[in-house]
Amino acid sequence: MATTTVTTPAGATSVELTDDGFFVDPSIWTEEMVPELAAREGIDPVTDGHWQVIRFMRKEYLEKGTGPSVRALGKTSGVNVKELYQLFPKGPAKIAARIAGIPKPKGCV
Amino acid sequence: MTHRIVILGGGTGGTLTANRLRKVYDRADAEITVVDQDDRHVYQPGLLFVPFGLTHNEDIIRSRSRQLHDGITSRQCPIDHVDLAANEVHLTDTSVLPYDVLVVATGTRLAPEETDGLLEAWNHTAFTFYTPEGAAALEQAITAFDGGRIVINVVDMPIKCPVAPLEFCFMADWHFQERGIRDRVQLTFVTPLDGAFTKPVAAAQLGGMLEEKGVELVTEFNTGEIDTERKVLVSFDGREEPYDLAVVIPVHMGAEYVGRSEGLGDAMDFVPTDRRTLQSKAAPNVFAIGDATDVPTSKAGSVTHFEGEVLVENIEHFLAGEPLVEGYDGHANCFIETGFHKALLIDFNYETEPLPGHFPAKAGLPLLKDSRLNHLGKLMFQWFYWHALLPGRDIPGIGVTMPTSGKEFSRPA
Repeated sequence: MATTTVTTPAGATSVELTDDGFFVDPSIWTEEMVPELAAREGIDPVTDGHWQVIRFMRKEYLEKGTGPSVRALGKTSGVNVKELYQLFPKGPAKIAARIAGIPKPKGCV
Repeated sequence: MTHRIVILGGGTGGTLTANRLRKVYDRADAEITVVDQDDRHVYQPGLLFVPFGLTHNEDIIRSRSRQLHDGITSRQCPIDHVDLAANEVHLTDTSVLPYDVLVVATGTRLAPEETDGLLEAWNHTAFTFYTPEGAAALEQAITAFDGGRIVINVVDMPIKCPVAPLEFCFMADWHFQERGIRDRVQLTFVTPLDGAFTKPVAAAQLGGMLEEKGVELVTEFNTGEIDTERKVLVSFDGREEPYDLAVVIPVHMGAEYVGRSEGLGDAMDFVPTDRRTLQSKAAPNVFAIGDATDVPTSKAGSVTHFEGEVLVENIEHFLAGEPLVEGYDGHANCFIETGFHKALLIDFNYETEPLPGHFPAKAGLPLLKDSRLNHLGKLMFQWFYWHALLPGRDIPGIGVTMPTSGKEFSRPA
């Protein structure tokens, strides 16, 4: 567990992260945090494509309690798997989940 | 009133559910129908041994309908779709089966078409042991193989029996040692996960075993394409793994009719299911078991067996208008064949990852440690499967919930 500070135009927020970098409390996330969280993952600037995926992840999490796997994301988000990897080369589900402030997708057991 | 119970799928889950229900209800109280598209019941754990000539398809395939007890109707026909609003199953021969309770037990299907190039490579340069035909073709390829790089690749999770690809590595190491050509064979395990397995303690142990056996481990590799001309796996982020022989575990999805049934499945055609009651989220009178569900535990026969007891109890509660029990804890139990007549055993549930110790109690089989006893356990299991598990008998000493008494919970990191 680690604590980090995310700075947005609205001010600084202290955020607790799991060991692998996911929000412990998804409810403190705001869209204003996205540019800084994305930059930490090496994504700058945040394009419309990124936003589409991040918002979709967030919505899925709020509806279903877990973020989708990459393949499910490719079938439902309107962005196919190849494009997802172009947007998030280091792993779309994981990186987009970190930026969207949601827990690690539970796809793999 | 006679309850109409329709079970889709005559594999492990469908068969044991039907047989258990038949014991619970008199014929006057319930009509039980099992639907499947074919009459081949495969003992799937046996598929691992086929490529090495240690068993053959004819020894692991039996008739589906003959595993069903008297008084169960067996229908052999592909399913077109389920109409949840009308409580009806439509078969492709246009017949319609109305139901009071539906059980989805149609497992998974392999989706090689999800990976570019895989269909072109299929049974030429890339093989799978996840189907009887694939395993038989792989046996020929392995027999003919006399040196080079074998890549064992899991394309994506979830897959059936997530330890099977690792077992394949261990078995291949043993096989090529026996043939005296191990020094000419490079074995590489390529996985989308960040370790050898999904659960940390077991991943470390199994990763160590790969190393001991000289199997290279490549992690976080998400296969995007298989180029059969150049014989390379290409990941979505542009990494390449060359091969002489590829053993590929393709993407798994739920059955196709699930996708054609409005409201029944998710994006991957798995059925969203309550992980403790096994009631589907699609409708209160629809239940799901085994590989067909989206519950967060392994897709494995042991899981299906443990789920079966809870499922049948909840179908009884549902039909009696009583509340369901939250009885399933995610219990899974797998023998992991490690070659040289040895095997490892792991036992876990939703909350507890596989730990060392003994199963089911202190004097039992060693956990997370290879032994000859575990190998014998794995061999014996095939008998249990046909004669105890499918008929719906409880296995003495092994209950639905995960035992804790033999496990070592605190372990120095």
